[in-house]
Parts: sequence; structure tokens; C-alpha cells
Amino acid sequence: MTDATRGAISLQVNGAEHRIDVDNRRTLLDALREDTGHTGPKKGCDFGQCGACTILVDGRRVVSCLTLAVAAQGSEITTVEGLAEKDELRPVQEAFVRLDGLQCGFCTPGQLCSAVGVLAEHAAGWPSAVTADVSPDCPHPPLDADEVRERMSGNLCRCGAYPSIVRAVLDAADERAEVAR
Amino acid sequence: MKEFAYSRANGVREALVMVAEQENGRFLGGGTNLVDLMKRGVEAPDLLVDVRSLPLAGVREDDDGDVVIGATTTNSDAAAHPEVRRRYPALSQAVLAGASGQLRNVATVAGNLLQRTRCAFFADLSTACNKRVPGSGCAALAGVHHNHAILGTSPSCVATNPSDMAVSLMLFDAVVHYETLDGEGEIPLSRFYRPVGDTPHVETALPAGALITSVRLPRATAGERSRYRKVRERASYAFATVSVAADLEVRAGRVHEVRIALGGVASHPWRARIAEEELRGGPAVPERFRAAAEAELAAARALPHNGYKVTLARNLIQSVLTEIAG
Ligand SMILES: Cc1cc2nc3c(=O)[nH]c(=O)nc-3n(C[C@H](O)[C@H](O)[C@H](O)COP(=O)(O)OP(=O)(O)OC[C@H]3O[C@@H](n4cnc5c(N)ncnc54)[C@H](O)[C@@H]3O)c2cc1C
Ligand code: FES
Ligand code: FES
Repeated sequence: MTDATRGAISLQVNGAEHRIDVDNRRTLLDALREDTGHTGPKKGCDFGQCGACTILVDGRRVVSCLTLAVAAQGSEITTVEGLAEKDELRPVQEAFVRLDGLQCGFCTPGQLCSAVGVLAEHAAGWPSAVTADVSPDCPHPPLDADEVRERMSGNLCRCGAYPSIVRAVLDAADERAEVAR
Repeated sequence: MKEFAYSRANGVREALVMVAEQENGRFLGGGTNLVDLMKRGVEAPDLLVDVRSLPLAGVREDDDGDVVIGATTTNSDAAAHPEVRRRYPALSQAVLAGASGQLRNVATVAGNLLQRTRCAFFADLSTACNKRVPGSGCAALAGVHHNHAILGTSPSCVATNPSDMAVSLMLFDAVVHYETLDGEGEIPLSRFYRPVGDTPHVETALPAGALITSVRLPRATAGERSRYRKVRERASYAFATVSVAADLEVRAGRVHEVRIALGGVASHPWRARIAEEELRGGPAVPERFRAAAEAELAAARALPHNGYKVTLARNLIQSVLTEIAG
């Protein structure tokens, strides 16, 4: 019997292919956590309201709880488990550790994936809601604390580790600017 | 959630046929509103046709110099596009003021236009809601409604349209382009959203089964000084209580051209044409901005807990116009 409401799909997660059988109702978050064994992304709200499930899809940060697993076929998925190069943490991961960008750690996988996305979006010249002038002719606005707070606002932290999260993202941005110089 | 089939469409016609052949087929954009509502049981399609595989993404300029935003362009890409930022900055600002970076990265322009209200009763199957179940009543009238509409409401429904993007599209007289199996069509945004009346479940003038293909921003309405300002219950990542998109051109101290649209106050983005009319040709001074806002809001009908929106909308209009006149 063929059933159009489920099927075998293939997900590309952190460079490895996973063939899984899913019901079309399965969210990408549940598929990662329960089918492919990537428990880094967390389920905070399941409604796009907290950011704990943030991952990168084709290099862009997205919430995995409102994405269907079937709709993610053919995309490159990166979870927090795939951020580090082997044992070498990314600068933003290292900054979270050094500057205490966390307390309980539940929101951290999402915060980290989001921060990686924020740094890339800023490097690409994207403005934010607190950018005074969005004109493309304006000089690239620096990534200051206000910009980081706005750009990271899709990630809630019940422990309230916000001040050190902002410091860690700024630290990673500085390091990146240092390398570029 | 009810079980459903899923397909990817490669061509517009194929997508239209797939949805037409299924009793309850729906297009899937980023899914940030549809999947949310399916989890809550508010939406229960039998088939989702994923439209992100269609060749509809991207922003381009057409032969008339209008800016055309493809329907599946993500909110992020629309907001970051240089031509949008240069000529329609209030649109960039409105999109960036909505949702979060993660959501804007997948949310599509068409999906944003068709997102449903955030009225808590609409999302709660255990309560009465004429929008969800026509004829069942409106629990918001006597319930929690501090963030509900003050303009254009009816006894059937007082819900607001939550889109920030649509408010700026209303400012710029954007045009929605769509396709059905009968061919192509277009609807100006000013006629896209239907008045509430006693049919709050009929939200748009889009024909059944139509696929939105693009949104066009006329060259004539471009406004480099246009602005979008949003007031909400927290600094970011929250829907508007009231928002204003405005553009103003002052010549020799007088209002030469003015356009104002409001969000968070009605079932659709509200173009403040009464205020615009009051202002044209008159002195461009804060007192006049305030008087014009009051004229627009004279028709406001507040509920017991949302009267503050009338004052807020007035002050916002005055403040944003004063800032642009600056
Ligand atoms: C936590 C949260 C906070 C948010 N905050 C804000 C906010 O502050 N401001 C704001 O404006 N928005 C906000 N949003 C809403 C968000 O902007 C919308 O969910 C999003 O824009 C919808 O786009 P989508 O592509 O994901 O639509 P989908 O969910 O894929 O689709 C929405 C509807 O559009 C239909 N559709 C999609 N594409 C087409 C097409 N091409 N033709 C015809 N029909 C189509 C679908 O069938 C469905 O009915 C928020 C959402 C969440 C979850
Ligand atoms: S679990 Fe996805 S945003 Fe909260
Ligand atoms: S560290 Fe506990 S929720 Fe953020």
C-alpha cells in the first residue's frame, strides 16, 4: 500500500547523509532529535517563539520547529554539533565558554547557531531594525551591543545570560575583524 | 495534526493543478505561519504543495522602473535588497521590525501577506471565533482584547492583521500579482484585504486556488525618506501594538505629498487617507500632523481595553511625520 502522507527521505546533517522514514507531519527539529540523533537543537516552545531549536540550513539560521523534515530534503543542515572544526571550537563558541555566555545551557545550541548566522548576515551588509539608516549607500554599520541585542532577539534565555551572550558575540565579531585586518 | 501529503512543484502551472485537484490543498512557503496553525489544529490541509522550488525568488526592476519582488523571496532577502533599501526604505524597516532573523530567513513575501491574525481566540479551538468557525461568535469582544483593532471593526470580529511588511506595502501602493488556471491577474494592495463585515473568514480578494507570483512596487511611489516605526510590548521579537509607515514631501514649508499607513489597528493595514487629505497643501508643522491624525481616528471604536491605541496611533503619526519633516 502506498501512503502519500509518509515516506523515506534523506537529510544531509553536518556533512553526513541520513536516510530516515518519516511521517510528513514530522518537524525537522523532531527528525534531528529523534531520528538522526542530533540532540543539540532544543525544543523550547515548538512554535517559533524562543529560538532554542535554531540550526543553519544552507548556511542560514532558521528555527527547526516550524520547518517540516520533508521540506528540508536537499538542503545542507548544520546543528550545533557541526559548528566546530574537529576539536577546534569556532571563535564564537570559544567566546561563549570564556565569557560565560550561558548558565543552564538549554538555549546555548540555538544561541550559538544564531550567532554564527548573525556574524554572516552582518558581514554580508544586512541592516537590522536598529540600523539608523538602511540605505545601501551608508557605510557598513559596526556591530555594536544594540545591533547584537536586536539581531539576537530571536533567541530567548530563561536564565537571563543576555549580558554575557552579547559580550561573547561582540568578542567573536572583534576577533573576526582582527583576522580580516 | 491531521495527516497530509507533501509535494514539490517545479512549475507554476504544476503547482496550480496539484492544489486544484485536492479538496483541501494548500501552498507551503516558509511554513512559519501555516505549520504553526496546523500544529494548533486551526489549519488542516490534506496536501501541501511546496512553492519554494518554483523559480519565483528574487528582486528585479521591470521595464517601467517598478521593483518586483518574487513571491518566494525570503523576508530577509527582500529587506536586504539594495533597491528596496534605497527607494523603499520603509519596506526594509517594516520587514526587519517583524519576527526574528531566523523566521525572516525562511518566511516568504507571499506567506507574509497571507499570514493569519494572532488573536489568541483564533488560535484556540476551545473558544468562539467567527474567523475560524463562521457564525460561532467572537470571544474577544468580552475577553482579552487589549491588542485588538480600533478601526474598521464589526460586531463579528475585532482581530488585527499582524503583518508589518503589509503596512509598508500599503504605503507604497504595492500591487499583488497572481496566477490561476485561468491565467494571470493583479490586485492593488488597497483592495487585496476585504472589509470585515459579517464575513471575517474571507480575508482577501485573491481567487480560490490562486498562487501569488510577485509583489510590485510602483516607481512613482518610491520614497527615500519614508519611515516605518513600530511600538510593541517589548523592544524586539513581538507583534505591533501600533505601527506607522509614512512618507512626506515638504516644499516651501507646505505638505506637497504625504502618505500614511497604520498597522495593529485594523483587520488589514490601514491607509490613513483622511489624514493625508487634511494635510495636503497645508503647513508641515507638528500641530497640523496631530490634527490630521485626530481626524483620521475620529472613526475609531475602542473596546474596553484597547482605547490606548487611539492615543498611541495619534502620537505615532505626529511623531513620525515630524521626524521626516525634520
Ligand atoms: C514567533 C513569531 C513571531 C512573528 N512576529 C512577526 C512580527 O512581528 N511581524 C510580522 O509581520 N510577522 C511576524 N511573524 C509572522 C511571519 O512574518 C509569518 O509567519 C511569515 O511571514 C509567513 O511566511 P511563510 O512563507 O512562512 O508563510 P507560510 O506559513 O508558508 O504560509 C502562510 C500562508 O500563505 C499561503 N501561501 C504561501 N505562499 C503562497 C503563494 N505563493 N501563493 C499563495 N498562497 C501562498 C499558505 O498557503 C498559507 O496559507 C511571526 C511569526 C512567528 C512564528
Ligand atoms: S522550539 Fe523552535 S523556536 Fe522554540
Ligand atoms: S542559559 Fe539557561 S536558558 Fe539560556
